[in-house]
Amino acid sequence: MEVFDAISAKFNYWIYIIIMMIGLYAMMSKNNLVKKLIGMSIFQTAIILFYVSIGVKEGATIPILYHEQVHPAHDSGHHGSDTEHAADEHVTAHATDLHIEPDQFTNPLPHVLMLTAIVVGVATLGLGLALTQKLYREFGSIEESEILESIKSAK
Amino acid sequence: MIWIFDLITLIFLVITALISLQVKDLLSAAMVFGVYSFLMCLLWAGMEAVDVAFTEAAVGAGVSAVFLIATVLRTNRRSSD
Amino acid sequence: MKTLSLIAVVITGLLLLSAVHDFPDWADPESPASDYRLSQHYITQTFPETGVPNMVTAVLADYRGYDTMFETVVVFTAGIAIIGLLRRSPSSRNKDKGKATRTYKKKPDLIVDTTCRLLIPIIQIFALYVIAHGHHSPGGGFQGGVIFGASFILITLTRDLQAAQKWVPEKRILNLAGIGVLLYAGFGFACMLLGDNFLDYAILHKIMPATPTEARYHSMLGVEIGVAFTVTAIMFSIYSNLASNGEMKETL
Repeated sequence: MEVFDAISAKFNYWIYIIIMMIGLYAMMSKNNLVKKLIGMSIFQTAIILFYVSIGVKEGATIPILYHEQVHPAHDSGHHGSDTEHAADEHVTAHATDLHIEPDQFTNPLPHVLMLTAIVVGVATLGLGLALTQKLYREFGSIEESEILESIKSAK
Repeated sequence: MIWIFDLITLIFLVITALISLQVKDLLSAAMVFGVYSFLMCLLWAGMEAVDVAFTEAAVGAGVSAVFLIATVLRTNRRSSD
Repeated sequence: MKTLSLIAVVITGLLLLSAVHDFPDWADPESPASDYRLSQHYITQTFPETGVPNMVTAVLADYRGYDTMFETVVVFTAGIAIIGLLRRSPSSRNKDKGKATRTYKKKPDLIVDTTCRLLIPIIQIFALYVIAHGHHSPGGGFQGGVIFGASFILITLTRDLQAAQKWVPEKRILNLAGIGVLLYAGFGFACMLLGDNFLDYAILHKIMPATPTEARYHSMLGVEIGVAFTVTAIMFSIYSNLASNGEMKETL
């Protein structure tokens, strides 16, 4: 039973590493250029999956404050619509009014970094595909071995 | 996060990654890559990373798969391995 | 080559798997990443300092605004690079070794055409909603920009590239991409001109009729609009270059 607990606590990480290695193997050993690019994309999304999984907390909710926390209904005369205008004068009082516990919310920092990573990944994929089309124009094929033979025999 | 759903989604993820890299028809590889992207989005939604899941849904199915299909239909459609 | 790469991948995999032993347990609230003081500062102080309930958008556009600006520049550069790689005139097609230009002449299919004519305005309104509502719900500039660009790609898919270019001619699209980057950098320089650091939005309350907290709220929206402009333009530009093989005459 203890072995089962030890496995079930960390099996997610094993599967992330397996997916990363599938992507890496495809990038290195496939002959077709489009398959290499698909392998690169699989590798990138597996790394992003690993990073986002670091920020997960048990029993936490999404990192967006919900309506009752943003407009607290307390009976000191503050209405909901005044809350944002009053934010400047009562900064310190406001923070303790809201009762935001860091344990209730998922860590937002890995999400932010990985949003940039997804965008850069799609830009790189587009550029790789444009290079593939240009190689096809010049050499007539998108298999790496045929392109290398073509270069060697043209010398 | 219910761990049994998580485990099933992760196993499907490994299977689709392997299929996408093994088929000889590149159009099918691009389609299965779209499925892989969708399963990633499901995983992240289950982990409460809603912004990342939204971005991956928009980018993976809307843009990434379409770029791959456009390139495949302009070059060879069969691959040798 | 295949056996060599297999050995390398297996060795790397085994090294990483042996490192998993030191990781914290899955979803542990006491793990070092969750205990980190900066994350706790972001969770507790985002709403009092900026007034934005969505923590991810606040960190992306305000606390880490410099990274987001260069992410926009990366997308812009990729679009320009693809134009530089692929564009040529159709007459130089004869020197190609790879005959890639198969043209699919088609009439628009009735069902697809009618459905897309009804759907495309709804998709565009939803994209604008995602951009504008990024402060209170998941979304923001990048997601809305991709959805808007995908609606232009849908026009190209159902009809022809000429039909899409009647609405989004190429010169205007590239102007829009440049305006997006300029808007983002413009916000940063406006902060510098008023005396504070680059991209430190609180000083903009001197030119806006707002308190410093609200100035940060509204500048975040302006910056997200800049990101959305660039991403829309570049996604459509990359697709039209890839699908027409650089000639911009006929598409798939």
